Amino acid sequence: MTIFIEFIVSFFLVLGAFFALAGSIGSYRLPDFFSRLHGPTKSTTLGVGSMAVASAIYFSFQSGRISLHEVLITLFLFITAPISAHFLAKAALHQRLHQKKEGTEKIS
Amino acid sequence: MLKTAISIAFIMMVIAQLLNLYRLFKGPSLPDRILALDTMYIDAIALFILLGIYFTTTTTYFEAALIIAVMGFISTVATCKYLMRGDIVE
Repeated sequence: MTIFIEFIVSFFLVLGAFFALAGSIGSYRLPDFFSRLHGPTKSTTLGVGSMAVASAIYFSFQSGRISLHEVLITLFLFITAPISAHFLAKAALHQRLHQKKEGTEKIS
Repeated sequence: MLKTAISIAFIMMVIAQLLNLYRLFKGPSLPDRILALDTMYIDAIALFILLGIYFTTTTTYFEAALIIAVMGFISTVATCKYLMRGDIVE
């Protein structure tokens, strides 16, 4: 475990945590559902994918052989996140949630 | 350096989970709550990956993370289907 590998793993970990935190802050602050849908489904997925890549790099260099099963989580998340976002948007349309207009209260 | 990075990432993920928990309790509509649960399981996967790097010896954390990924996706789709149709399997 050289210092270079450790630096790369740390970089990916902090980058992934930053993206996940950005997604959650978006879910916390944005005004209506359709804008809140953007943060968690894109930014958080990228963050967790980055952390899984960091884990794959770490275990590859720690055990001495290529360890790719963390990439499985990344792949699965990248496939399923758009599907769940699509289902959430369809459910919100079905519930007739509306976008927040300027200067009006939220209709929901 | 790796321990420091894991600590920083852990603190950031816990703050993210608390923000999601706020949205889960507050969220004005039902899809908001489902979205918060969806984000919470994805962040739980991230916490399990961090624990797996911290306690290097076992692979239990990886398998737990994979199972959380599969079951969380299925539960999100099931609750969305329930909101849309009023029934999960018709």
